[in-house]
Parts: sequence; structure tokens; C-alpha cells
Amino acid sequence: MMRIYMDNAATTRVTEPVFEAMKPYYMDIFGNPSSVHSFGREARKAVEEARRQVARALGCESREIYFTGCGTESDNWAIRGAVLNNKNGRKKIVTTTIEHHAVLHTVEQLEKEGYTAVYVNVDEDGIVKMDEMKKAIDENTALVTVMAANNEIGTIQPIEEIARLAHEAGALFHTDAVQAIGSVKIDVKAMEIDMLSLSGHKFHAPKGVGALYIRNGLRIQPFVRGGAQERAQRAGTENLASIVGLGKAIELANADIDGHNKKLTEMRDHMISEILARIPETRLNGHPEKRLPGNVNVSIRYIEGESLLLSLDLKGIAASSGSACTSGSLDPSHVLLAIGLPHEIAHGSLRLSLSEENTMDEVDHVIGELVAIVERLRAMSPLYNG
Amino acid sequence: MYTEQVMDHFMNPRNVGEIEDASGVGTVGNAKCGDIMKIFIKVEDNVIVDVKFKTFGCGAAIATSSRATEMVMGKTIDEALQITNKMVTESLGGLPAVKLHCSVLAEEALHAAIADYKAKQEAGEV
Repeated sequence: MMRIYMDNAATTRVTEPVFEAMKPYYMDIFGNPSSVHSFGREARKAVEEARRQVARALGCESREIYFTGCGTESDNWAIRGAVLNNKNGRKKIVTTTIEHHAVLHTVEQLEKEGYTAVYVNVDEDGIVKMDEMKKAIDENTALVTVMAANNEIGTIQPIEEIARLAHEAGALFHTDAVQAIGSVKIDVKAMEIDMLSLSGHKFHAPKGVGALYIRNGLRIQPFVRGGAQERAQRAGTENLASIVGLGKAIELANADIDGHNKKLTEMRDHMISEILARIPETRLNGHPEKRLPGNVNVSIRYIEGESLLLSLDLKGIAASSGSACTSGSLDPSHVLLAIGLPHEIAHGSLRLSLSEENTMDEVDHVIGELVAIVERLRAMSPLYNG
Repeated sequence: MYTEQVMDHFMNPRNVGEIEDASGVGTVGNAKCGDIMKIFIKVEDNVIVDVKFKTFGCGAAIATSSRATEMVMGKTIDEALQITNKMVTESLGGLPAVKLHCSVLAEEALHAAIADYKAKQEAGEV
């Protein structure tokens, strides 16, 4: 059976050039980058080269890049570290209703610790409501944190504008760019971003490595404490091979971002228009244009997401859904509810996320299978009178 | 995550459909929670001679609906009332813990269909 992977927003495959770049750093070059001997020095050299690769991709200096264990750690560190180190007594955090749980649960915990938070709403396309954002950011705001692009519905947020609003009020601006890196061009200096989180495995680096950009001059409280690694800001022996992989992967992702996006956008738009045309009573979730080039998210009425995913899986197709049954809770995805979908429509959501390794043939194959699966499930549904 | 029996009932559900002149119909669950189960029974001489279902829900909901209809077919009303969600899930080789609540719907839908049949019987409709 043909196996087709269309869950690249969950994680991506490590590509050959990335894996090849990593290979020497397990058995041949294995020293601790903090060691003074030659084994350590050659490992250190590789970590610093990877740091330069990340810095080049983001338009910043190497010393502004700190390697972490994952995107979630970067988010936790940035948010907590910034507000705890805030010397001007500001107690408010402004964020949005559609952030990743790595951000939302960190902000919720800080609320329990005495901070206040405002969760700005998004419109029906999933774009942050700027009038609400303007009102929310005030002279008591310590930090504004808004994702660059949403992981479920792919909407790209106006972070440059939000960063400006934050700075006008004297607040810091952090962005969770975990989904955006590799598809959205980000220049942290031009966009005046104070902190940015990224995660390697979303752009063909391995799992278990991320990074946090912290603007030069900004001090935030360390999150992982211990040794003096990462300029004494993030303790723990560096994940050498994975850091090398992350550096290589971000360099490759940024080498031809326009060509890569063009190919993905063609596949995405073909998929969206075919699904909407061939399956009645479906809707696109998220903005039609201001969305990640590889993100397709549709709601298919009268059927439930998990049964859809199981059916696709039996055909070798990997996708994801925002239904309650796939989230382990009784509520469907907070993002789909935030764009105003009723529960029953949110339960029938399907996300197909493409990478440049997918092909138009795969896209057509998946559309064909999906049409047949939806017909079968709807025939079983008491809600459908087709 | 699901047993072979669950996947078999999910892929090849038994007794899908509706009964037009059903003796009793039971609908439970709601779309908000992501699960709706509708069971139709045809009763003759106190015996369930036909049963059909339609389900909106996850794999576990569809499989337990299918299995429950199979288990009540040909049973008397009293026998059918003895069937519990536990018996349904056990006969499917079990369900993941987070999915057990889905199986409750099958028992509830069946009981609702029988209650509907009894109400109709008392009203002299069947």
C-alpha cells in the first residue's frame, strides 16, 4: 500500500542532507563542547557553526541564539523569563486565544502566580483582531506574545505590527514561530522582535532540539539552571548532533524559500479547491491567502474527525484533526472554537499539512480517497440526509 | 490503539441504516460532544427481529453501535435489556480507557429504543 505522509505540521522527516550533516557527531566527533581538549573544541566549533546558520536565517547575530530542548521549552523560557525579570513592576501579559498550549498553559500558570492576562480574540478567518490588540496593550503590559503562524489553521499573523504596538507601550514582544520557520520570511531586526521560539523538527531537523532568539541587551531569567552552557543562560550539555542538524536544516529551508513556497502553495490551493468542489458541505478553516503554504484545514459536516483519520490511516494516509476524540478531552480544538465554529463542525475538522517532499500525484490520490471515505461515513451518519 | 475486532466493526459495520416502520427508535448523545447514536428496532412477539443503526462519532462509537446491534438481533426485549456496555466492549476485546464513554451510548441508545417501543405499545400504536 502507498503510504502518504501529510501531517508535516505535527513533525517532518529528517532529510538526507540533514542526516548526513549530523552523522559524524555521534561516533567521530562526540566531545563535550564545554571541554577544553581537542575533542571538546571540535564539538564547540560545530555548535557555533550551527548558531551562525540559525542567526543568518533570522537576520541576527550568533550570540543572540540560544539552543534549547524544543519549541515548548523556548516558549516557556521566553515568557516566564521575561516577566519574572521585568523590573518595572508591570504585571500584564497580552496574548491570543489561538496560541499553542506551550504558550497558553505558561500564561495561565503565571496568572495563578499573580500576573494578569488578556487573551485577544481572532476573527472568523483566524487573524488577530487588531482593534482588540490595541486596546489590550497598555502601560501595565510587560509582555505581548503572539504566534507568527498558527499550527492548526495556518493563519499568518501581523506580528510586525503587533511588535510595534508592544514597543510603543514599552512592552516586550515574543513570537512563537515554530510553525512559521521555513515558510515565512522572518527578519527579527527589521520586524523588531525581542524573542522568537523555533523548533527543529518542524523543518526537517530532528526532534528534541529548538532555539530561542533573545535580542541583544535583553536579559531574561534562565529557565533551565545548572552549568554555564549557552552563555550561562540555558544549562545542560548541548545536544550536539541535533544542533548540527538544526543548523543545516534551517539553512536549507531558507536557501530557496520562494521556490519552496510556490510549490507548496500550488499543491495546497489545488487540494483546497478540489475538496470544497467535490465534497458538499465543507468549509475552509483559516484565511484563504494569509496562511502557511502547506496548510489545508477543512471542516466536513456530519462526520467526526477521528473516524475520518482512522479511515485515512487504513488507506496509508497520515493527517490530523481537531476533534475532541483526537485531543483526549471532551472539547474540540480551542483554535477552531476561537474562529467561531460550533462544536459539531469543529469535531469534523481535518488538517492535511504538506511539505516539499509531497507531490501533486499524492495530493490527487488523497483527494480521491477522501471523497470516498466521506461518502461512506456520511451514509452512516444520522445527521446527514444526502 | 483499537483491537482487531473494533477495527473490523468500524470498517465493516453490521446493520447500518434505518427501519422505516420501526417499532421503536432511540437517539442519544449530541453533536456538541461529537457522538450521536440512533438505533431502530423492529419487534414481533416480543422479539427483536430487525435492528439498524446510524452513528455520528469516532471509531469506538461506530464499532460499539455495530456490535450492539449484532448482540440484540433475535433477542427478546427482556434479554436485550440485560445487554450492558461492558458486555459490548468486552466482546470487542476492550477499548482504550479514554474511549469507554463512547460505549455507554450504545447501551443507552438501545434502552431508549426499547423505552420508545414500550411507550408506543402502551399507547396502542404497535
